[in-house]
Amino acid sequence: MRKQLMKGNEAIVRSAILAGCRAFYGYPITPASEIAEAAALYFSQVGGVFLQAESEVAAINMLYGASSAGVRCMTASSGPGISLMQEGISYMAGAELPCVIADLMRGGPGLGSINAEQSDYNQVVKGGGNGSYHTLVVAPSSAQEMADLTALAFELADKYRNPVFVLADGFIGQMMEPVVFPERAVAPVVPEWAVTGTRETRRNLITSLHLGCDELEAHIQHLEEKYRKAEREEQRAENWHTEDAEIVLVGYGMVGRILKAVTAEARASGLPVGLLRPITLYPFPVADLKRRARRARAFVVVEMSNGQMVEDVRLALNGVRPVEFLNRMGGNVPSHEDVLGLVRKLAGEMGLKVHAARSVASHEEQEQMAHV
Amino acid sequence: MSSELLTEFEVIHEKPRSFYATYERKEELQHQTHYCPGCGHGTIHKMLARAIDELGVQDRTVLISPVGCSVFAYYYFDVGNVQAAHGRASAVATAVKRTRPESVVISYQGDGDLSAIGSAEILHAANRGESIAVIFVNNAIYSMTGGQYAPTTLLGQKSTTTPLGRSAQNEGYPLRMSELLATLEAPVYIERVGLGDNKQIAQAQRAIKRAVENQVRGLGFSFVEVLSPCPTIWKLSPVESQRWVREVMEKTYPLGVLRDHTKEAQPRRWPEAVALESMPGILGLTDGEAVLPEELAAVGKPIDLQVRVAGFGGQGVLLLGEVLAEAGLDAGLEVSWLPSYGPEMRSGTSNCHVRLSREAIDSPLVTTPNVLVAMNEPSLKKFDKAVKPGGWVIYNGDTFPEECARADVHVLALPFTQIADELGDARAANMVMLGALLEMANALPQASVDAALRRLVKNAKYFALDERALARGRELFRAAEREMSHAG
Repeated sequence: MRKQLMKGNEAIVRSAILAGCRAFYGYPITPASEIAEAAALYFSQVGGVFLQAESEVAAINMLYGASSAGVRCMTASSGPGISLMQEGISYMAGAELPCVIADLMRGGPGLGSINAEQSDYNQVVKGGGNGSYHTLVVAPSSAQEMADLTALAFELADKYRNPVFVLADGFIGQMMEPVVFPERAVAPVVPEWAVTGTRETRRNLITSLHLGCDELEAHIQHLEEKYRKAEREEQRAENWHTEDAEIVLVGYGMVGRILKAVTAEARASGLPVGLLRPITLYPFPVADLKRRARRARAFVVVEMSNGQMVEDVRLALNGVRPVEFLNRMGGNVPSHEDVLGLVRKLAGEMGLKVHAARSVASHEEQEQMAHV
Repeated sequence: MSSELLTEFEVIHEKPRSFYATYERKEELQHQTHYCPGCGHGTIHKMLARAIDELGVQDRTVLISPVGCSVFAYYYFDVGNVQAAHGRASAVATAVKRTRPESVVISYQGDGDLSAIGSAEILHAANRGESIAVIFVNNAIYSMTGGQYAPTTLLGQKSTTTPLGRSAQNEGYPLRMSELLATLEAPVYIERVGLGDNKQIAQAQRAIKRAVENQVRGLGFSFVEVLSPCPTIWKLSPVESQRWVREVMEKTYPLGVLRDHTKEAQPRRWPEAVALESMPGILGLTDGEAVLPEELAAVGKPIDLQVRVAGFGGQGVLLLGEVLAEAGLDAGLEVSWLPSYGPEMRSGTSNCHVRLSREAIDSPLVTTPNVLVAMNEPSLKKFDKAVKPGGWVIYNGDTFPEECARADVHVLALPFTQIADELGDARAANMVMLGALLEMANALPQASVDAALRRLVKNAKYFALDERALARGRELFRAAEREMSHAG
């Protein structure tokens, strides 16, 4: 299969269908609308359902129904729409219903702007709905990862019976890059817990209601066990030149790409800099951060928000290393020069010696996804 | 009593099979429901269970229970059960039915759930003609939460949140959902029934069975509103409550059939499954051949094109970039294309970032381009200073603005729009400029550019025009280069 140039937003839809997804319920919003548009084009052709709902509230509750009936299903939106979906997401987490939700982040709060930000981190990673629950979150930084991580999201959703977010800033959805897809489509499988209108599934019940105190506590503890398992098994991050790094840059999505360019340039000038790009935001790649802290003397977190992921980095490092923060908001992008300037300043303060240019091996050789 | 004696009796009335024998999902008192004496839910549940029995669809039935007193409908119905968020039952039912068209989906909702918080969901489910049966239990009050006002509360009726009685001025008028939905084209069947006396109850039984039957027949949206007593909250005896349904509620909510298209309605069609092998083809992923390593872009020099293209919306800025990126991919390079997006697309300026490289591309953002294609003056002024020393500016204009002149960049300034106009269409200026860029960069085989253009410009006339425009751009660059070398 040939690599094709396409938007991340289009890659998501194709990947979803190849992963066995047959239902898309959504509501248009910039910068996620191409996802609904591509879904409208393809889902009916593959024997699936596409429906533009009357609101994001309805859309997420349609996912609740579709997932209850045992089909792989998804939606896509952006900040304001995700806010409206939080009710249904909490219900789905409570009722243990898998689904995939793509959030193409724009500016906020409120109507904010349609420019790319990373300011939905808190509402997505921390869970914006009511109750003690988590959603699993993957964070692509290329069109290829929009495809790959969407497929992974469906696997995780079924494995954990839980909603999974594909969280990307607007840039990643709008950007076109070459994408290659798996040759074979995954065959949809109906899970045994689903309610499908058959004798075999007649005794099945989907609910998030547990009226007794002990009953609800036991249910939440059961959910917690799943989250602990995910924390053990699903942390993912890209470590790029972190082995010998004394300053580690941390950023996800588009920022991860910028930091890669900064890392390359810093190393070319002899500075021991590396990049740690979280690929899962929940579970957060805590183990990788701790491992890097053994050698690194400082961490620099860069975000397109007021500082949301940085709190998780600080929590993971628990004060053992200083964590600097640099950000832009409103659709502005942290510049290469600003990050490099901060890195040089830090290196100066730390008295880091500038060595001869450090190697920057080719992308393929260095790129490693850590499965912790 | 001996078993022989029993056989002498014929059972003419028993608990419907679609109820569980004992209610094991209930914590205590598993032989009876949680409903109050005289509550309409018990009666409606029984009618619904009987309809499911009579139609023989117990295995196929999926019941969506709401938030409200009937939240625990799944305690009683021995069918597939899904419990929904407050007001969302008809959205949930929509997707269950669309996922499993063979199932019989019943959305059971109260008046707070359906007419207030779920008013949007029911309206749109009805308007889409979803093939579901909706049982709407209207008791003119929020009962489970202790008797607050609902949109269905009667004028003057007291509730805990209308302690002086509902006033039209503050809360508006009682919402007649059946009449409202009957204004829509799609619903197949809408009827309002009551539980005011035995005659009404018999009619309610017929209506509920009909709604379920419509779905068994594959027809569309059916809606039965049931005026239902709530003695506990109304603070009336069961008998007085029935009278209140008959004598008071009915005045605001007249009983009767509001829509009946069951004879002429056609069964809904459902999508058919498609073979897995055909998926990549449907998704357009099987076009073209994989790029083989030996076909990789022109040998020799390293390639690192960092291009910013900018101009007015409508000048073909994004397409220029896309053809370049697509051609790069065809030639086996790493590429990225990043647009500015949003309102800028509608008017004003538009720009995109394009990178082509032999190496993996780190950042797709081009903040310091080595080629700037400026299709108008504001774009030139905005991005000119960012161009890398030694880079190129290709500018659409006769004269290069003096304030933008830099000694450390190369400039090709020509009236590209006019040149394109002479070729037959001013809109091809983008391709003339791309031609100049391609000639300058000398990194891509023309065959790759042709392939890219073929993929992106399907119209034969425009394809031919764009090919001419690209060739013209290449000529113009060569001519300019000759001039420069003479001058140099």
